[in-house]
Amino acid sequence: MTASIESTSVRRQNVGRSAAVAGVGGLGGGRRRRITPGRVLVVAALLACSVVFIYPFVWLVSASFKPRGEVFDNQIIPETFTLQNYVQVWQEAPMLLWLGNTVLVTVLAATTVTLSSALVAWGFSYFRFPGRNALFGLVLATMMLPGAVTMIPTFLIWNAVGLTDTLYPLWAGNLFGSAFYIFLLRQFFLGLPRELFDAAKIDGANNWQLFSRIALPLTKPAIIVTLLFEFQAAWTDLMRPLIYLRDSSNFTIPRGLKSLVDRYGFGGEWHWEIIVTASVITTVPMIILFFLGQRHFVEGIATTGSKG
Amino acid sequence: MTATTQRTPAAVGATRPRQAQRVNRRRETRAALLFISPWIVGFLVLTLWPVLYSGYLSLTDYDVFNAPNFVGLENYQRLAADDDARRAIGNTFFYAVIQVPLQVIVSLALALLLNQAGRSSGFFRTVFFLPRMTPPVAVGVLLLLLFNGQDGLINEVLGWFGIDGPNWTTDSAWVKPGLILMSLWAVGSSVIILLAALRNVPTELYDAARVDGANPWQKTTRITVPMISGALFFVFIINSIDALQSFTEAYTAYFGAGNSTYSNEAAEFYSIYLFREAFEFLHMGYASALAWVLFVIILAITLVQLKVSKRFVYYEGDQR
Repeated sequence: MTASIESTSVRRQNVGRSAAVAGVGGLGGGRRRRITPGRVLVVAALLACSVVFIYPFVWLVSASFKPRGEVFDNQIIPETFTLQNYVQVWQEAPMLLWLGNTVLVTVLAATTVTLSSALVAWGFSYFRFPGRNALFGLVLATMMLPGAVTMIPTFLIWNAVGLTDTLYPLWAGNLFGSAFYIFLLRQFFLGLPRELFDAAKIDGANNWQLFSRIALPLTKPAIIVTLLFEFQAAWTDLMRPLIYLRDSSNFTIPRGLKSLVDRYGFGGEWHWEIIVTASVITTVPMIILFFLGQRHFVEGIATTGSKG
Repeated sequence: MTATTQRTPAAVGATRPRQAQRVNRRRETRAALLFISPWIVGFLVLTLWPVLYSGYLSLTDYDVFNAPNFVGLENYQRLAADDDARRAIGNTFFYAVIQVPLQVIVSLALALLLNQAGRSSGFFRTVFFLPRMTPPVAVGVLLLLLFNGQDGLINEVLGWFGIDGPNWTTDSAWVKPGLILMSLWAVGSSVIILLAALRNVPTELYDAARVDGANPWQKTTRITVPMISGALFFVFIINSIDALQSFTEAYTAYFGAGNSTYSNEAAEFYSIYLFREAFEFLHMGYASALAWVLFVIILAITLVQLKVSKRFVYYEGDQR
């Protein structure tokens, strides 16, 4: 440990220099450096931690290729390799239907919340009007409200209009924007130079064009972050599907997975190979999503922290 | 709505520009409200009304099928005497008080390591973040499998060191520690936030410390931690709010249909208790009271944390 931090100051200077060259102190990592004992120790420690973080995935994927009796044998390479679980899970549960429902909900949730939040954020960042700051304070204040407080009346609304046990309650609320994304997008809109819009106005652009032709394209990274965050949130949500969905043909994939846990888990028939396989199917799309938008995820989260 | 608002005939006398300015302002306000209108509608229908109605429901007896029956403060009195609610609060605090500091410490340690890793830090950052992408339902499943008392991986590894691991998922004394350990798997976003803060610490400070002969431990505790205290505090608050509302992993593992067979009282967090009261037993009035108490608890804890933080947290450029 000592040696590893000994090299700190050397490294610091290097980072300072390379950051200066790059013009930003961003997330990029440093330049080529000498290999020191300290660095070797750091990398060794990181590798050890990585095993802890990666192994559960390996375990899960490996178990999904094992027959029922071997699921719990904790071996990396399945003793008996089988694809039977993937065949069986498709027969036991309407996985394709669940995946379809989930894709529908996540796409609608992500696009609607992004568009509506961007509109609202633009309204709060570009225009000046009396009461703006008070109103925006109200937006921020709603973030402090736990979902539990509004959960029951919101359910009663959907119940009153007869739309429980449909997919609408899982995304339609997003048509009205979401405080967190409004906050995030507003920060980005505020960073755009005002002269840009004054110039466009002189050229005859109206308010809608200022928003859609100039502001939106220029904040593309923030838009992508919003889409990705909400896509993940909608895909992984369990609470709302639990509240709203009764018929298993309407389930999203996490709700479906939960029903499989109930049916085949410790309280049920002990077919863990099915649960394990369904878990892999539920998780893989999120892993793919991460690798598609990795940079945006990381930068989005880092921004969230610095703006808080 | 159009750019015509901009064309102010300035030369036409003193009163006209002011009038035009007022028209301008009114047009700008109208345009702004148009853009904001989705939020206004959503706020009125999906926040303000639910908040008010939830407050009202908390004073009633309501089961969805029959009209709410006003009972005054009965639900709150019942809550004060409810052993199950008290256990749920106890479970939640136990979880939060251990999980939040652990999560902050672990993510700080990982961020400090990553900050020393040079070019390989991008790779490791990805590795540490991946669990965060796992749907919490799947995390609940992993918990049941990896922490299984008989054949789970955790106990097998403990066995290599001669430790006879407990029955994490069935022994009520070990259910919450199991949940806490599993939750640490998903520290990824805290790590990223702290790492970003570490990268912003000015290097001159370390150079100065080196000249003064500071050792690595001193550099970490006297420079690094104070300099990123803003981010640390942010991570602390966000994780506290999350921990107090923890639901999905524990619910997946220990509740739902067909899960009456083994000890799950130890895993019944406040949110789970509230959810079951509302949607399994249809005690909507009582559940609303539970929700308001949760709101007050979270608000109080957050305010206390904010107050305490004023003493410890350093913000760059903070001249107040």
